[in-house]
Order: sequence, then structure tokens, then C-alpha cells
Amino acid sequence: MGGRVITITSGKGGVGKTTTTANLSAAVANMGKRVVCIDADIGLRNLDLIMGLEQRIRKDLVDLVERNAPLEEVLIQHRLQPNLFLIPASQSRDKSAVSPQQMITLCNQLREQFEMIFVDCPAGIERGFRNAVAPADEVIIVTNPEVSAVRDADRVIGILQAEKRKLPIRLVLNRVRPEMVRRGEMLSPDDIVDILGKEIRMIGVVPEDENIIIAGNRGAPNADSKAGQAYRDIARRLNGEDVPINMDNKPGLFNRIAKLFGN
Amino acid sequence: MNGVNRFFSIFSRQRDQKPISAQEAKERLRGVLFSDRIALSPDQMAEMRNEIIAVISKYVNVDPDKVALNLEQRSLDNWLVADVPLLRIEDHPRFNTGEEADS
Repeated sequence: MGGRVITITSGKGGVGKTTTTANLSAAVANMGKRVVCIDADIGLRNLDLIMGLEQRIRKDLVDLVERNAPLEEVLIQHRLQPNLFLIPASQSRDKSAVSPQQMITLCNQLREQFEMIFVDCPAGIERGFRNAVAPADEVIIVTNPEVSAVRDADRVIGILQAEKRKLPIRLVLNRVRPEMVRRGEMLSPDDIVDILGKEIRMIGVVPEDENIIIAGNRGAPNADSKAGQAYRDIARRLNGEDVPINMDNKPGLFNRIAKLFGN
Repeated sequence: MNGVNRFFSIFSRQRDQKPISAQEAKERLRGVLFSDRIALSPDQMAEMRNEIIAVISKYVNVDPDKVALNLEQRSLDNWLVADVPLLRIEDHPRFNTGEEADS
């Protein structure tokens, strides 16, 4: 059946879906895979900006599904990473311009050319969410260690689990501040898995990192930083590699000793 | 936090595994997710709890203050799990009427 379609969603806005899509797709592309990202947030286009491709948009997702432009005209190839492509969202239309069936048809076409297809879902659980989830083989839910984000993640999990087809759901915990977790002032990755249920697998823990904002400023994802490393680890886990999650929230004995020596 | 943990936490706040506001966040989330998942308001949940207690109390003595309703995820299904602590059955009204004793 060709490439895998992975939808990145969250329920709540502002938790880092687009940042995750940009950084994760760049990391997977760096592993030598042909990757395409679809910005499904029609009307609120942003993935192009984070990926540094905003100057090169000519046609968009709506043009594609309405057959006003062929795929080759819509796809934008990343200059720095030739394996990485983007299908941008339309900025002038709204979510009703695309149907779930059109997304399925499009992704089936993309599967023939790409090994991984990431769909960046809009916030919310309405039409745009249904469009983004319809073609998915797998779902990644991005959340933050904050009560509102966890609650919305649970809501999205509930909606997905109520569907007939049981999509594998994996969690990315974004914007973790390990020192706050250590002080007991932030929910830990274990706490979140505990609350959301053991069926939900954690696929990555991304620390809060100012380099992500800097990378966004420059439109150059996959920064050489702690968060960038976390995304590269997630990419390897998506590829089936067994990479232990370094939560950095419960320092082991070695780390504690290292700390004593000011390391 | 139990006494032993509290004792050690005086020496090492870092090792204190019981979070402060994180623990509160966890408890509040458990409550709100329970209510979200079964789509019942807190009032409706209290009503359901009282009715469950009332039905069970017809047959056995329960300790109503300690009845706990929880939502558990088992595989992909949600389970409503009730912990119902029982009190001495001899104190139940059915033993006091004398009627049941005859039948």
C-alpha cells in the first residue's frame, strides 16, 4: 500500500502541532526517506512559514483537490532537504473547501510517491479535524504537561477510539521543563500516561527549548538542539527503532553523581 | 505524602516523588476526564452515585462516604468501576424487622 499516512493532531491549539510536523518531517527526511507534509489547516496556513517555504507557494491543497492544479505544481520541494516536500494550505478558503473523501483520495495518490505523509491537523475537533484524520493510518497526538492540553488530548483520544477503525495513537509530550517536573510542579510523562490510559503509547518527550523558536524564526527546522534531538529520536522510533525515551525528569544515580561534579 | 517520605524530603526535596502542584493537576484531571468521558455533569454523577448506593443499600449495608466510582481504561474500553465498602450486615434493616427471619 506504499507510504504511511501519519496525522498530527492535539485538540487544543498552540501545543506545537505545526512545530512537531515541521521538525519531525525534516528529521525523517534526513534519514533518507521521501516525505511530504500536508498543511490541513485551511484558512490558517502556517506550516509553510515554520518550514521556511512561504515565498514559494503558487498553488495549494484546495487547488489540488479541486483539480485546478496537478500535484507537481502544488508540491514544494525543500531546498536544503530534497527529500522533503510540502503541500500548503489555502489561505483564502475555509475547512469546508475540502472533504474527508478528497483527503483519502489525495493521500492514496501520495502513498505511491512518498514513504511518509504527515498531515498537520488544525486545532479543534470539527470539520478540519475530520478531514485530517480521514486518511490516517496512524495518529500522533501532541500535548503539553498542562491540564487544559491533557484534557483536550483525552477528548481527541475518545473521539478516535469511538471510530470503527482503531487507529494506533501515539503521544508526543511537548514543552516539558525537566526541572519543573523534578520539583513536582509539572506533570511528568509517567503522570500523563497514567491519566490518559496505558493504551496510549508515548513516542517522544520534547523539552521546552528556545532553539525551536529560533528555528521557527529562520524557517529552518531540525535545529541542532535538545528539542531537535528529541524529534530525531521520535523519527527513529517511527522507523521502528528501539530508542529509549530520555525523559530527563528522574535523574538516575549516574546523573545525580555527575551533577555533584557540576556536570 | 506519608511520614517516611516527608522525613526524607526534609533532606532532599529533589528526591521527593510526590509532586506539589503536579499532584493536584493529576487529581483534578482524573475528575474532569471521568466526567468528560462518560459525558455526565458533576451533578448527574453525584445523582448516579446516590442511586447506586440506594439500590445496593436495599440488600446490604454500605459505607456511603467511602463509595468510590472510577473510570478505568481496559484495552480500548472504558469501565465504570465501583468500590463499595460494606458494613456489618447484621445491622441491616432486613434483620431488624423480624419478617425476613421467619420466611
